[in-house]
Amino acid sequence: MPRGNAGVHVKRADIVMVGAGPAGMAAAVRASESGRSVTILDDNPAEGGQIWRGAKRSPPNGQAAKWFRKFQGCRAERIAGANIVAGDAGSRTLLVEGSGDSFEIQFESLILATGARELFLPFPGWTLPNVTGVGGLQALVKSGLPVEGKRVVVAGSGPLLLAVAAYLRQHGALVEAIAEQADWNRLLRFGVRLLGYPSKLWQAAALAPSAYLAGAWVTAAEGKTKLERIQLRHGSKERTIDCDYLAVAYGFWPNVELPSYLGCQLREKAVKVDELQRTTVPHIYCAGEVAGLGGVDRALVEGQIAGYAAAGQDNQAKALFVAREKTHAFAHAMQETFTLRPEVQALAEPHTIVCRCEDVTFERLRSADSWRAGKLHTRCGMGPCQGRICGPAAQHLFGWRVESIRLPVFPARIGSLISKTTSSEKGVLL
Amino acid sequence: MPAMPDTVEITVNGKLVVAPRGASVAAAVAIAGETCFRRSVSGEPRAPLCGMGVCFECRVTIDGAAQSRSCQIECREGMRVCT
Repeated sequence: MPRGNAGVHVKRADIVMVGAGPAGMAAAVRASESGRSVTILDDNPAEGGQIWRGAKRSPPNGQAAKWFRKFQGCRAERIAGANIVAGDAGSRTLLVEGSGDSFEIQFESLILATGARELFLPFPGWTLPNVTGVGGLQALVKSGLPVEGKRVVVAGSGPLLLAVAAYLRQHGALVEAIAEQADWNRLLRFGVRLLGYPSKLWQAAALAPSAYLAGAWVTAAEGKTKLERIQLRHGSKERTIDCDYLAVAYGFWPNVELPSYLGCQLREKAVKVDELQRTTVPHIYCAGEVAGLGGVDRALVEGQIAGYAAAGQDNQAKALFVAREKTHAFAHAMQETFTLRPEVQALAEPHTIVCRCEDVTFERLRSADSWRAGKLHTRCGMGPCQGRICGPAAQHLFGWRVESIRLPVFPARIGSLISKTTSSEKGVLL
Repeated sequence: MPAMPDTVEITVNGKLVVAPRGASVAAAVAIAGETCFRRSVSGEPRAPLCGMGVCFECRVTIDGAAQSRSCQIECREGMRVCT
């Protein structure tokens, strides 16, 4: 392989995707139909993203099975365990840290399908072991964590709560309660069925009607060295529930770090795209959750549009606009339904940790007047997660806008960075 | 060719753990009965939060490599994991 400016191996492909969840997989399938060379980079051990994590061996439904089959059959080159540590939109290159060594990849077009992560809102005790995300606990169970006989409370907001509760129960967990912060009025206004709560899911969850609590939220997690119990607020009542796991998250947050770093403008929390999924930076496209939260159907249709458009097949892309419109309407209804109530954004107490990497408390952070000032004075957001967990939390707690993405986009081995600084872009780290 | 066994054996803090093939190191640490994956900068016990490689709470030492995200790495036969 040739060596580039950065002193590392150089690869190239006509179209490069970052992220092999539903959007990236669909983009790879459609882009490679054109005969262009396609490479898809993913930081997970296998494709499927979060929603289809571990689903390669046993797809959860016909839709997933279909897309895994198509993806297997397409000619895209797949590189798993790859983290993007730097990149440049002008020279159209990314610096990638693989599971072995680092390499540079050059592209004509880039499709970013970096997905979303869960939104965590700090509350007393949320740093205790066995307090996890909702999708977080499901991901851990999918990768082998046993939950048989464990008492679990699922809390937060969104359609994922019931789906994960059903999944955990199938794996032998005892679901003690599901606490949804939105109240019944909101849930019923848009139709619980419409929002991905089909009757079979209720059956799978096998809940006593009293176990699904709307207008309820966890106010504290308690335990000595790990979670032992939670405090739950339901209407005017407070309850204590003993449990082994608490799975709690308040919906999702788009992973905009890489697109922001490459110069793509945002619209609200997501990357701004046009009808062909083009970002504001030439040759860069975004699809799926990173371009707006909306679930797997939206990700699949947007991925296909981006894949066709990047390959110059605009007519095929346009044929999918109507289908995309429907998924956007669904996304809008979902956001309205699960709007966060002010109470869940005000659960942190003075000693509650907000930044888990640097152990910065709410009290210390509160005295700052911006994200930047908070970082400078407390090191909030400067640990290895680089503000990915506390940044969105701070935005909800203080209304701060989280800005300035710096190299490395992801914590990198020092070797990858040394080779970067020997390149013509020397100084970019300073 | 003999069939691949459907489990792998690793050690967690010196203790032998049998994990399902394909299981993450994070799962194996939990199977070993460890609830503290790392100590935070102020000494609090911590364990996985996000399960997808973002939060860095699941960091352990794997075969001498510190700060490895256990939720993103699959168990391999003979791995030595320390929390």
